[in-house]
Amino acid sequence: MAPTEERIWQLLEEVSDPEVPVLSILDLGIVRAVRVADDAVDVTITPTYSGCPAMNVIATEIRLRLLAEGLTNLTIHNQLSPAWTTDWMSRAGREKLEAYGIAPPVDGTATGHLLNLFGEDTAVRCPVCKSEHTHLVSQFGSTACKAHYQCDDCLEPFDYFKCHS
Amino acid sequence: MSATLPETLAGIVPAAPNLLFPFVLQLADTSLILAHRLSEWCGHGPVLEQDLALANIALDLLGEARSYYQYAAELEGQGRTEDDLAYLRSAVEYRNPLLVEQPNGDFAHTVVRQFLFDNFHYHLLQALKESADAQLAAIAEKSLKEAAYHLKWSSEWVIRLGDGTAESRQRLDKAIAALWRFAGELTTPTTTETCLQRLGLVPDYAALLPAMEAHVAHVLGEATVPVPEAVFAQQGGKMGRHSEHLGYLLAELQYMQRSYPGLTW
Ligand SMILES: [Zn+2]
Repeated sequence: MAPTEERIWQLLEEVSDPEVPVLSILDLGIVRAVRVADDAVDVTITPTYSGCPAMNVIATEIRLRLLAEGLTNLTIHNQLSPAWTTDWMSRAGREKLEAYGIAPPVDGTATGHLLNLFGEDTAVRCPVCKSEHTHLVSQFGSTACKAHYQCDDCLEPFDYFKCHS
Repeated sequence: MSATLPETLAGIVPAAPNLLFPFVLQLADTSLILAHRLSEWCGHGPVLEQDLALANIALDLLGEARSYYQYAAELEGQGRTEDDLAYLRSAVEYRNPLLVEQPNGDFAHTVVRQFLFDNFHYHLLQALKESADAQLAAIAEKSLKEAAYHLKWSSEWVIRLGDGTAESRQRLDKAIAALWRFAGELTTPTTTETCLQRLGLVPDYAALLPAMEAHVAHVLGEATVPVPEAVFAQQGGKMGRHSEHLGYLLAELQYMQRSYPGLTW
């Protein structure tokens, strides 16, 4: 029997980001489309960052999750445009991130203006003590999607999921 | 944009899809070789944060290279894969400009090489995302966001080193003296690039120069470093004439596939 698209979306909600396991791939906003025609399922995903090694794992996990439901006629498309942005991250995803100890993206703070060298760091709230007194340690963190921050109040170093738009 | 080749070029070059192949390959080679150079820093960075920054930039470029190689393989249509193109071509077949194959040197050399490349890369992608070729435009749109971070990183480091200590300044000056001559090749079109520019598939490099030069002037100004006089542009990489450095780099990059042909993960 052909699955409904709604059922596929439910199954995809159970696939998590291998690097940030509290986030589902739907929270991340990387699933762009699901199409079902007869028993053929077509899922379109978009990479977060070009070189993100998690993308191959995510495609495999999607395949495995749908296979477990007996869905064998599956195609996964990789779509580059429109390019992924953190604006697509769900509200629930942002809350889960912070509870997990990663500061969620602050919208509208992507590196837009080149001449803003040594500009003010984005004010990011410490996910541990919620202080706004934090500073950027490095724009490049433990993975492509994160920057490295430290809290000036509780001194905890933490990851910030950078705004990418 | 014209769909036909300019008269002067008719007969010399094949039609657009095949013409795009060497250009996309050139973009792929450029990102791959620089990614490899940057990855050589992994575990050797001056401080942990900058070690991570270099590895992150390398990873972005590697991802971009993969997109180009996959597209190049599709354009060629001969059954070669992205891996075949990266691992089974020799140095004379590589089309990256000379700049990106230059050795890492000290941190200042790496920063100056990156700054020259990022300044071109960022402005190129900004224009390339308007390309009449939809796939090139999509890759450019994706990579541009990452290239903006790279240019900010390398620009800030040029300023720190230039306006830093006597030691950092002296190293920056040496790096500029060694590497500036390789910048010209980036914006000097090959015959292939000229054709594609006339077809509207590749941006006109001359049109990128004012913004590139303005950024250099701004950053060097902040760094208290005088903008170097125009120097003779060292070229050849985009035509397959490389410095001796590329062979050694490829020997390492291609070692596994050459030793164990067909090896897969
Ligand atoms: Zn705190």
